[in-house]
Amino acid sequence: MRQARFSRGQRATIVSGILGVVLVIVIVQLWLLTATVNASLGGDTAIVLPAALASLVCLLLNAGLLWYLYALDR
Amino acid sequence: MNTREPERLTIPPDGRADAEQPHWRQDFPVDWPDDTYVSRRDFVKFLVLTSLAFTSGQFVVLVRNLLRQRATPPAQALARLDALPIGGSLVFSYPSPLDKRVLVRLDERTLVAYGQSCTHLSCPVIARPADGQLHCPCHEGAFDLATGRPIAGPPRRPLPLVTLDVRDGMIYATGVEERTV
Repeated sequence: MRQARFSRGQRATIVSGILGVVLVIVIVQLWLLTATVNASLGGDTAIVLPAALASLVCLLLNAGLLWYLYALDR
Repeated sequence: MNTREPERLTIPPDGRADAEQPHWRQDFPVDWPDDTYVSRRDFVKFLVLTSLAFTSGQFVVLVRNLLRQRATPPAQALARLDALPIGGSLVFSYPSPLDKRVLVRLDERTLVAYGQSCTHLSCPVIARPADGQLHCPCHEGAFDLATGRPIAGPPRRPLPLVTLDVRDGMIYATGVEERTV
């Protein structure tokens, strides 16, 4: 492994923390998709656009955390 | 100068510093802590791809929703009222030929019509007026005949309600109401 600004133990803690946060966000996205499909099939279409935007925000957050994780090794 | 971390046990065979090691050696480490780090980082990458898939699904739902017809369909004549006996049912298509519906006459004055596709996995439901149910034979689902709401089995959403009108002894379908509860 390359020498980075964090020690190996610190990086292990960081990756575990980020993994936990990303996992929670993905579970929220799964729930959001399920609820949106159910509402859409039931004719409740008002929720579809806000749910898509919320999911996009979750994706951007996850992508940012992944980018930070790879930046740790640079 | 030795750049290796003090808790590091494994020494690369060429003896060079960590930063000078080939990329494959960084991605396939020998030490357990390094292996844990790489596998968790790759799992995060997998989860972010899953996140991308869920977001794509959300936008597919959004696009399908935008493309769906919004206009109220025109009224469609179904049958003469006196041609449908009490407890009798009639399967019809409304508004498009692919949208199968079922009309049931409950008593002298009460007519109900619902979508015929079960809200679980779209099997066609069968009217059972004697039991007061619409029965789905695929997974033993059941809907209340009076309301179209699920009462047994896997379905959780009610059947779409077809609004009806009777004019001059003729039954007309006048619209479809999707419902979540």
